Amino acid sequence: MSQAKQTANKGSFSLSKIVRNQIFIPIAALLLLALFNLIIDPTFFKVTLGYNSAGDPVLSGYLMTILDYGSELAILALGMTLVTAASGGQDISVGAAIAIAGSVILRVLCGTNSRPEEMQAPVIVAFLIACVVSMLFGAFNGALVAFFKIQPMVATLILFTAGRSIAAWINNNELPIISDPSFAVYGGFIPGVPIPTPFFIAMICVLVTALALKFTNLGLYTQAVGINESSSKLNGLNPAFIKFLSFVLLGLCVAVAGLIKVSRLSSINYSVIAKDIEMDAILAVALGGNSLSGGKFNMTASILGAYVIQFLTTTLYKFNVQSDALPAYKAVVVIILVVMSTPKAREILQSIGQKLKRTERTVA
Amino acid sequence: MKKKLLALMLSAVMVFGLTACGGGAASEDAGSADTAATDEGGAAASGDLIKVGIINNDPNESGYRTANDKDMKEMFTAENGYEASFAYSLKNDEQITAAQKFITDGVDYLLLSAADTAGWDTVLKDAQDAGIRVILFDRTIDAPDSLYEASIVSDMAQEGKTAVDWLASQGLDEYKVIHIQGVMGSAAQQGRSGALDEKVAAESNWSIVTQQTAEWNAEKAQQIVQSVIDSGESFNVIYAENDDMAKGAVAALDKANISHGVGKDVIVMGFDCNKWALEELLAQNWNYDGQCNPFQASYIDEIIKTIESGGSVSEKTIIMDEKGFDATTITQEDVDNYGI
Repeated sequence: MSQAKQTANKGSFSLSKIVRNQIFIPIAALLLLALFNLIIDPTFFKVTLGYNSAGDPVLSGYLMTILDYGSELAILALGMTLVTAASGGQDISVGAAIAIAGSVILRVLCGTNSRPEEMQAPVIVAFLIACVVSMLFGAFNGALVAFFKIQPMVATLILFTAGRSIAAWINNNELPIISDPSFAVYGGFIPGVPIPTPFFIAMICVLVTALALKFTNLGLYTQAVGINESSSKLNGLNPAFIKFLSFVLLGLCVAVAGLIKVSRLSSINYSVIAKDIEMDAILAVALGGNSLSGGKFNMTASILGAYVIQFLTTTLYKFNVQSDALPAYKAVVVIILVVMSTPKAREILQSIGQKLKRTERTVA
Repeated sequence: MKKKLLALMLSAVMVFGLTACGGGAASEDAGSADTAATDEGGAAASGDLIKVGIINNDPNESGYRTANDKDMKEMFTAENGYEASFAYSLKNDEQITAAQKFITDGVDYLLLSAADTAGWDTVLKDAQDAGIRVILFDRTIDAPDSLYEASIVSDMAQEGKTAVDWLASQGLDEYKVIHIQGVMGSAAQQGRSGALDEKVAAESNWSIVTQQTAEWNAEKAQQIVQSVIDSGESFNVIYAENDDMAKGAVAALDKANISHGVGKDVIVMGFDCNKWALEELLAQNWNYDGQCNPFQASYIDEIIKTIESGGSVSEKTIIMDEKGFDATTITQEDVDNYGI
């Protein structure tokens, strides 16, 4: 009898441990969405092997769409998590910054002619230049936040407002189009490989980030600065530099996402490319259970969060929800998450949990 | 410490203010440079140039607007007898401020493509009192037509009807349409959607597979079409309300190896006649592109000439000629002439 009770206690203990684990939130959301789709329409999970118009094998289906479009979001979530953890604020200029990065890539590839027959420079060169430009804009945001101590959201509002005009200016307001099919690989498929390329790019980014977090003090320092700036300063860290660095790294992520975006259509529309993506990126971080006011973070949870967002978007598209209503649905998710993560909400939840326990005990 | 914080915040506000203006100024650069140039030209030549103040939307907004702005700048030059000043904004209140400035500057004509239909009554009355004539182009406004001389617009409903009639003439047994809409409520969306909705309601062999707004955004259009393909539903027409969205839709088709274009499985339709889109037609990858004519400058020029020579404008609302191009009949000449 007592033994049975003990194991039951142990069971409930480990359950609460799982629930308290940060990664529980995105996994629970993922399972909820998957379950919902499974009940309504199991064909959601069908993946078929077919051939695209170039004759290469491609996997298609909703799951592949999620893998495809979720990847650019996952890449952004990497940088956004660092920025959030270090500065306790978010960068709302990532969409505009993607427009700039994409514009730079196309500008370098097209040279002086906006409609070249073939690319004027190797893609890697264009990409590296875009990385440098994006990191400079990241540095601009970072400097405002770290050295001038401007609220991150206010500081990045500048680029949010001006970014798309800058992107248009980079290409003289022309519409560059790359007709070389080899450029479409980055946002499409590598010939012979049936899984979308953005997924591989995202995995490379994740791997690099994982290695950086494991073998450098980046993660530790970022969290230290986010949790308590002045005590980390007393311990010999330079909080301003760490914050600055996080924005520069986000700039790098933006350049990668920009490459995928412009490659998808081999073109760019300055006013709408990556529109509202900042909201999805921030949502990914929040859905990963990371505190939006900085401090401790869990990168895996953020990445998972990004794919969950895309899962949600794809599900909504599947059910023909009007696409201009999508942000409203996402906003509901944000509200729930943010409210749940406030100390007040936790207090209430805890008291409810304790009450439940008490009733359990009295019943027992 | 508090003072420091206050100082920081103030400077932040100032920096932000500066940059915000900078953003707008970037797009106005070309315009103000132009103005300066024409000003000098005007001073050097003579005082009898016709002064026009042109208020337009931001040329970055779309290919249509870029072409429209270019057309205006080419027409209203010192050589053609004009002294032009330009102001750009996507916001109604900024446009109204610009209009007030032009009125105090004493222009002869005010050319206006309003960002929003409402709120123009007062400022146009001021213009009338100052003896300034107003000509609207591209967009109409909610104001009595006594306040302006003429309004040169596109008939979006007619554009939609031309396109739908063309589609009907293709004689398919069944029309299963993916309808990708522009920003809901915009004049272009309402006109172009209206014609198709009517047809689908009237004919039994026409059906809508999905009707979604992609908000003029190619990526969204790609996701919407991708979603239909993933669901396995069959379709044979893509009716996209602009070229960008048609391009996004085609990207999704290519990924799934669904053939499109002349004599293929799916008919692709777009609007606006971007040059690159007409080239797609020429290559027979798309089937149809409807024109939305951005070249209002010559119409405006004609009206001003009529008024200056003492004549009067008989029609207040002038609807421009707009074509629809079919991939089977389009020529390189059409691409060069009508591509924007």
